Amino acid sequence: MTAPAIELKGISKAFGPVQANKDISISVEPGTIHGIIGENGAGKSTLMSILYGFYKADKGEIWIKGTRTEIPDSLAAISAGIGMVFQHFKLVENFTVLENIVLGAEDSGLLMPSLSRARKELKELEEEYELYVDPDKRIDEIGVGMQQRVEILKALYRKAEILILDEPTGVLTPAEADQLFRILDRLRSEGKTIILITHKLREIMEYTDTVSVMRRGQMTATVKTAESSPEQLAELMVGRKVLLRVDKVPATPGKPILEIEKLSVVDSAGVQRVKDIDLTVRAGEILGIAGVAGNGQSELLEVLGGMREGTGAIRINGQPLPLSGAGSDARSRRHDGIAHVPEDRQREGLIMDFHAWENVGFGYHREPEYQKGLFLDNAALRADTAAKMEKFDVRPPNPWLAAKSFSGGNQQKIVVAREIERNPDLLLIGQPTRGVDIGAIEFIHQQIMALRDQGKAILLVSVELEEILSLSDRVAVMFDGKIMGERPADQTDEKELGLLMAGVAGEAA
Amino acid sequence: MDFLTLIQVLDSTVRMATPLLLACLAGLFSERAGIFDIGLEGKMLMAAFFSAAVAAVTGNVWLGLLAGIGSSMLLSGLHGLASITFRGNQLISGVALNFLASGLTVLIAESWFQQGGRTPSLFTKGRFNGIELPFAIGPSEAEAADRPLSELIKEANVIQQLYSELISGHSILVYVAVLAVPLTWWILFRTRFGLRLRAVGENPAAVDTAGVSVRGLRFAAIGIAGVLCGIAGAYLATGLQAGFVKEMTSGRGYIALAALIFAKWRPWHALGACLLFGLLQAVALRFQSIQLGGVSIPVQVMDALPYILTVVILAGFVGKAIPPRAGGQPYVKER
Repeated sequence: MTAPAIELKGISKAFGPVQANKDISISVEPGTIHGIIGENGAGKSTLMSILYGFYKADKGEIWIKGTRTEIPDSLAAISAGIGMVFQHFKLVENFTVLENIVLGAEDSGLLMPSLSRARKELKELEEEYELYVDPDKRIDEIGVGMQQRVEILKALYRKAEILILDEPTGVLTPAEADQLFRILDRLRSEGKTIILITHKLREIMEYTDTVSVMRRGQMTATVKTAESSPEQLAELMVGRKVLLRVDKVPATPGKPILEIEKLSVVDSAGVQRVKDIDLTVRAGEILGIAGVAGNGQSELLEVLGGMREGTGAIRINGQPLPLSGAGSDARSRRHDGIAHVPEDRQREGLIMDFHAWENVGFGYHREPEYQKGLFLDNAALRADTAAKMEKFDVRPPNPWLAAKSFSGGNQQKIVVAREIERNPDLLLIGQPTRGVDIGAIEFIHQQIMALRDQGKAILLVSVELEEILSLSDRVAVMFDGKIMGERPADQTDEKELGLLMAGVAGEAA
Repeated sequence: MDFLTLIQVLDSTVRMATPLLLACLAGLFSERAGIFDIGLEGKMLMAAFFSAAVAAVTGNVWLGLLAGIGSSMLLSGLHGLASITFRGNQLISGVALNFLASGLTVLIAESWFQQGGRTPSLFTKGRFNGIELPFAIGPSEAEAADRPLSELIKEANVIQQLYSELISGHSILVYVAVLAVPLTWWILFRTRFGLRLRAVGENPAAVDTAGVSVRGLRFAAIGIAGVLCGIAGAYLATGLQAGFVKEMTSGRGYIALAALIFAKWRPWHALGACLLFGLLQAVALRFQSIQLGGVSIPVQVMDALPYILTVVILAGFVGKAIPPRAGGQPYVKER
């Protein structure tokens, strides 16, 4: 039997009192795709950082192809044949593809010979692995799918035998993701070893040979993918049984709550982000907005939430609302019955250094129940926070903790609790479960559903198609600021939506 | 204004542009590597003092130059320590350097020379003197003909005038500054070091994950900036003038930064921008009072002109200047 391509023995790493990795051992066979799945904060990233020389493990050994290897820095990782494709690409945006590939792996002090050799070699790599990119295009001229290929080519150019991909499909359209997995398949058949880090069960089930599950810094299991099931993996990740599907009763839409007519948004750089869109959200239904990040969904949410100005018309319960000037700010919007869970909770939803109770007060600090004469009634606010934390199962339920000390899921629960508990007519909710662990996802999804069933209107923006499909009653797809099409959620699938997300107009859109 | 006056203004432009250009290229190296360098002014000032002081004491201008470069690099090292090693705020570190240089130069000058914060005036050996290029009409020709140089120049043809007045007769540092432009371009765009340097100013994480030291590159960049600022300061005190006087850089470091933005961090454009600012300074020097439609414009306005135009140019004519993306941000390793 050949030696494992990579073997970790008893890796431990602590950051202060937090044990990020605890006695982790895995062994990956060469020529396989090995998945590592786990919730946020489970320690996947720390483990990979140790493999790539960013952190030094407190304890444990790394063996590569049967020899013990020390990896003190990235250079050592590269020369050990490890290539890493980070979640956020490490590319220089205004360099060409070719320059990015040679950066750090140049042959000599002069650039030209390196570049021309790289150009030749790139061609061979492209043909060998069917990874086509234009070497003379600048990174900011090519799409994210292409940029990811550049990252893969960078690793291959450095003769990587082991390729680690960290959440590679987060920024891709479904079609691009399919392409990526075709490439990975090809690499596997050429004998490369691939480690795929993801939180998406579907990718693990479809593409990996073996899978390791991490929970709270520990490796809870390593199983052959073919012999496991999504339910089993989810349970291993969370430590309890998880409902993967949202229980959904058919919606009973009532009167229109939000009506949008010819809404346009131009950003500060003069670029039109939202182009003349029309949408209606009715009481008791969830309208999901699907799309690859950056196609105008954020701006749509922001203009509705009063964080940005726009042109056109919007009506709530038939009442027109201003889109610029007086009455178009976030405070007025709240007054008009719109609650907003912003996309980026750490920047727009919370102040990370403030206490939970202060964060629960934000936006509603003028409500009469929080006033005591001229002053804020902090005690009332704290009591209210404690009650909300209880109801939304925020852990730990301590109003005095700073927002940053909660996990992503619990932070999101705080924001959702603040907004939903105001009993709004319309809830705007962006990326409700981004960076949220499976257990909290389940809870937040249930809360959104419950709100819908109380007859509220919900506008959901998410880049996770699965989430859109499982929550929404209707799905609208945004591409380049326009609505590409609208479908009832039970009459469409990821494939059709994926095409719309890529800008391919469906018939009768 | 006759042709000869024009040539003389242009000649003075070259002299005034030289320290700007050197400082501007220093800033270019530093900022291309992602380190804002507001301390160009302080480094130049420090170099001006130490070059003048050492040249005055030893009588050797080359030792002066070395001392200037050394002192400027020392400040660069401090800046690096604060902003690279300890990841401090680069602007604050730069401002601190400027204050340090402004105070320290006068203090040391007073303690060493007791001449009211000046260094003694430098004579021939203690200065960088003009180099007469072959076939140029210079002082030696004037001596041979036993006539004033200005007369000889006046009699020469246009090409001789241009060559002798504008091209020839500058100190070696002027030629060094001009040659530094193509050299900078070549280093930035034709060498491995240049590629990495530009990369580290745009996305240090890309450099780091490629296995190259971000710290090393950034220190190298500010080291080069130190050398260039050192030459700029030495030129001020030992080339342009004969000795150090208090605050003699008079904002040149900031004008160099303005020129850098105007040039959008590109070497050849930096040359153009510095010549423009140099021209403004030369005009201000030459035409101390101008009659404009019966109104005489006071000297102060002329003196302020380069600075006013700096503001105008930066506000109105730069267009969209996109600085290196990672500029000003200390690099923290993270995933």
